[in-house]
Amino acid sequence: MSATAPNDVGMAPSGSMMRATLRFLSNRAAVMGLVIFLPILLAICTYSLWWPYGPNAIDLSALNQGPSMTHWLGSDGVGRDVFARLLQGGRTSLTVAVVSVVISTALGFLVGALAAFGGRFVDGTLMRLVDLAMTLPPVIFLLVLASIAGTGLFPTIMVIALLSWPVLSRMVRARLMELRERDFVVAARGMGAGIRHLLLRHGLPNCMDIIVVFATLQIANAVLLEAGLSFLGLGIPPPEASWGNMLNSARSSVVLEQYPWQWMFPGAALVLTVLAINFIGDGLRDAFDPRSDLN
Amino acid sequence: MLTYMFRRLAVGLAMLLALSVLVFILLRLAPGDPVAAYINPSAPLSPQALAELRARLGLDQPLPVQYLAWLRAALSGNFGYSIQRGGVPVLPLVLGRVGPTALLMGTGLVIATVAGIATGIVSAVRRNSSLDVALSAVASLGISSPAFLTALLGLYLFAVKFHVAPAGGMLTPGVPFSLTDLLAHLILPACLLSLGYAAMIMRYMRSSLLEVLNQDYVRTARAKGVREVWVILKHATRNALLPVITLIGSTIGVAVGGAIFLESVFNWPGMGLLLVDAVSSRDYPVIMCATLITGAGVILVNLLTDLLYAVIDPRIQVSK
Repeated sequence: MSATAPNDVGMAPSGSMMRATLRFLSNRAAVMGLVIFLPILLAICTYSLWWPYGPNAIDLSALNQGPSMTHWLGSDGVGRDVFARLLQGGRTSLTVAVVSVVISTALGFLVGALAAFGGRFVDGTLMRLVDLAMTLPPVIFLLVLASIAGTGLFPTIMVIALLSWPVLSRMVRARLMELRERDFVVAARGMGAGIRHLLLRHGLPNCMDIIVVFATLQIANAVLLEAGLSFLGLGIPPPEASWGNMLNSARSSVVLEQYPWQWMFPGAALVLTVLAINFIGDGLRDAFDPRSDLN
Repeated sequence: MLTYMFRRLAVGLAMLLALSVLVFILLRLAPGDPVAAYINPSAPLSPQALAELRARLGLDQPLPVQYLAWLRAALSGNFGYSIQRGGVPVLPLVLGRVGPTALLMGTGLVIATVAGIATGIVSAVRRNSSLDVALSAVASLGISSPAFLTALLGLYLFAVKFHVAPAGGMLTPGVPFSLTDLLAHLILPACLLSLGYAAMIMRYMRSSLLEVLNQDYVRTARAKGVREVWVILKHATRNALLPVITLIGSTIGVAVGGAIFLESVFNWPGMGLLLVDAVSSRDYPVIMCATLITGAGVILVNLLTDLLYAVIDPRIQVSK
C-alpha cells in the first residue's frame, strides 16, 4: 500500500520476522492505527485510577447535562458520567472481543487442522458444515444463536465466538493441506510423530501469520458484533456499560434528538477503535505477505 | 447450460435442507417446551389433549423423527403459530414482511452498486490523486462504521436537524397510500443501507480495474488510438466488473445484516424488525421460519449471480 517498502537485500539480518516488522512499520496506515489505538487502550485500562467518576455512580445534580468541565462528555438520564461509561464500555467491548476471538481462533484452528489431517470423511463433513455456517447471513446466525444463549457477558462472548471460526478453519485447512505434503512433515510422520507433535511443532508455527491477521481483524469485527447485539438489546444488558448498549439508548427518540452526546461519543469511540484495529490488521497482512514488496 | 442450472439448483436446495436441519437442532437446544409452538394460545388445551397433540406431532419421538415431522408440516405450509402474537400462523406473518424488506434492500443495493462502481472507476482512473485518497478514506470509514451507527446519525441529521425526511416507518399512518409518500420514507434508509455496501464495492472495483488497466489488451486498445474514455468504459470496465458481480452476489448476506439494523432504527416493518422482536421474546416458530425464508433468499441470489456470471463472462464454459 504505502510506497517506501524497505529493500530486503542486506537490510534484515534476522529473517522473515524482522522483514515483516520493518514492512509493518513502513506502512503509514498501520502505524496510524497503532497511534490511534494505543492511547484508547491505555485510557480504557487505567481510567479508574485517574477519572473521579465511576461508570455506575449517580450524580443527581447532573441529569442529562451536556459536556462540561466536570463531566467532559456530559451525563445521562440518571446522572451517570458518559466519559466513565464510555471507558468502562470500552473495557466490556474489548473484553468480549478478545475473549471471543481467542475462543474462535482456537476453534477455527482445531477444526481446520482436523479437516486437513483427519482423512477424507472428516474433512468432507467439517467443510460442508463450514459451508453451511457461511451461507447464512452472519447477523441472522447471530440472532439465532442469541435467541438460544440469551443476554449477558458470557452468552455474548460465546455467540460471537461460535459465529466467527468458519473463515479461519478454511484458511488453516488450506495451509495445512499444502504443508502435509512437504518433505519435513512427511519425514516427521515417517519418524513416528503423533498428531499432537505435527500440529503444535509444524502446523501451528506455519499458520501463525494467518492466525495473527485473522485474530486482529476479527477483534475489530467482534467489537462491531457486540455493539450490534447490544444495540438490539440482545447482548450486554444494562446497567453494565458497553458501546452497543450506550448506543441502544438512542433508540429512544428523546435521547436521539435532545441528548446527542449520550450516543455520539460512544459511536465515535466505536468507529475510531474499529478503524484503527482494521488498519493494524491490514498492515499485518501486508507485512506477512512476501509479495507485497512487489507492488 | 441447462444441466448446469439444474445442478446448481439441486445444490441450493440441499443447502436449504441442511440449513433447516441446523436451525432445527439449534432451536431444539434452546430452553422451553417445543409443543407450545403448535398450540394456538388463544384456545388453550387440556393436559390430555396436550399429551395427544404431543404424540400426534411426534414430540415424544427422537429428534430425527421430530425433524421429519416438522419438515412435513413445513412443506405443506404449516410453520406453526407465533407464540408472542396470540397464535397468528407464522408463514403468512413472515411472508407479509418479505415485500418491505425486499424493497428496502433492493433499492439500497441498486444505489450501492451504481455509486460503488462509479466511484471505484473514478478512483482507479485518478489513481493516487487527492480525489482518490479522499474517496478511499470515506470508503474506509464506511466499512468501519456499523450500519446502526450510520442509521442513527442519518436519522439525527436528516430527520431531526434538517427535517428533510420522515423519522421512520414505511407509510404515513392514516393517509391513503401514495407512491411519493412511500418514496419519501424509503430514500433515507435505502441510502444509509447502501453506504457500507457501496464502500465495499468501490474498493473492489478500484483494485479490479487497476489490475485490468495493466493488461495487454488495454495497451493494445490505447495503441490503436481508441479514445481513453472508451478504453476505460468499454475495454477495461467490462472486464473489471466480473469479480465485482461475484462480490455483490456472495456478500448479499452482509446487506441482509445491515437491513436488520436499519429496519430497527427506522421502524421499517420488514423481516428484520420481525426477527429482532421474535428473538427478544424467544418466539421460536417465527425465528425458524424467518431464518429459512431469508436463507432461501440468499441462496437464490447466489444462484442468480452464478448464472449471470456465466452469461456475462464468455470464458466460463458451463456446458462441459
